[in-house]
Amino acid sequence: MSDTPDLSLDAVRVERGGRALFAPVSLRLGGGELLRVTGANGAGKTSLLRLMAGLLPPAAGRVCWRGAPLAEQRERFARDRLFLGHEPGLKDGLDPTDNLLAATRLAGHPVAPAQAAQALAEAGLAPLRRVPVGRLSQGQRRRAALARLALARAQPLWVLDEPFNALDAAATGWLHGLLRAHLARGGCAVVTSHWPLALDGVAARELAL
Amino acid sequence: MNTPQAPALAHPPVSDARAAEPGLLDGARALFARDLRLAWRRRADALGPLVLCALVIVLFTLGVGPSPAQLTALGPGVLWVAALLASTLPLSHLWADDLADGTLDGLMLSPDPLALLVLARVAAHWVTTGLPLVLAAPLMALPFGLDGAQTLVLMASLALGTPVIALLGALGAALTLGLRGGVLLGALLVLPLLAPVLIFGAGAVQAQAAGLGATPHLSLLGAALLLAAPGAALATAAALRIATE
Repeated sequence: MSDTPDLSLDAVRVERGGRALFAPVSLRLGGGELLRVTGANGAGKTSLLRLMAGLLPPAAGRVCWRGAPLAEQRERFARDRLFLGHEPGLKDGLDPTDNLLAATRLAGHPVAPAQAAQALAEAGLAPLRRVPVGRLSQGQRRRAALARLALARAQPLWVLDEPFNALDAAATGWLHGLLRAHLARGGCAVVTSHWPLALDGVAARELAL
Repeated sequence: MNTPQAPALAHPPVSDARAAEPGLLDGARALFARDLRLAWRRRADALGPLVLCALVIVLFTLGVGPSPAQLTALGPGVLWVAALLASTLPLSHLWADDLADGTLDGLMLSPDPLALLVLARVAAHWVTTGLPLVLAAPLMALPFGLDGAQTLVLMASLALGTPVIALLGALGAALTLGLRGGVLLGALLVLPLLAPVLIFGAGAVQAQAAGLGATPHLSLLGAALLLAAPGAALATAAALRIATE
């Protein structure tokens, strides 16, 4: 096992209802690299991302992290990757602060309340950090979910499904900054997005399904 | 004031000493605390099962009529059926809400064993719905004329039986997660499995009333709980994995 981030897919296939979603995918993603997955609606972007996050076992092929198959290192991989899915993963009845504290503890990377407050302030949610998530707009919910990225320095692999959805220009710039900082630290990221990423100085690889 | 600030480069590094070694139960504790907080924010919802249980009992006594002998004979069974219905119904949404808002992925992604997290959620659910039923039992038992010892046995049987109901209900909800008509199907799957709990729970009070002592019944309920806790948690974890694949 190596210590640098290294996600590799070897002839991986995903099936839905007995039908293969896309041609077998082989790729390798190392530290400092960003992969943007594109494809039409229903092409299997979300399934591929859930597979890379370890939520979906491949129908064929192998997914390896740091040189070993995911199935052999569930706990280690769980601490190394951060997955943000299509739904923000927030409880409507709780405020962004409580959501953030519970989610980071559950992910095995607990943070102090002061750190959570700062992450939410960076997300532009300082005045709303004690307002139940159910009363926030779509974009504000997305910001609250993405605030986890500001606290995810210890997780080298980010897997983000449509993170730019519902974000305004300012929040898009903030997310670009988070991604740039993550890649500069030597992390790697997989992102689905319908628009090209504007990351100065970062070569985003593309995978079209 | 709603504008995101400069990127994360500026903020202090996450303390590594803190992040390095969270205990095995830290995720489960976080989930338990989160669910209790959530239930506290929605206190009115948590009262639902209690009110339902009270309504079933009131309707039943109205239907049977005010004959004390009949009410005393039927009391334990009615109390237990009411408690069974009241604690099964709110369970149907246990995982469906998590699936809809994406927090179920958070459980799957956690480094902690999923069965432990399932136990934490079920425990929080029991504290907010089952425990109030246990505490309200003396009040619910009033129309049936149970004496002090019988009321204590009723509370003990509910304290041992309602966690089993919560565990099996969580399993039923996980097995039918994402299915059309899952709520009804889940209840149909789980209610027959709960027959032993009902028999020993109501039987404990009846045995006490007959002067036989409730210990055997309560022991069997305790055994059911010891069996259900690991068994149902593991099965629920497996069902949740299948449902989210």
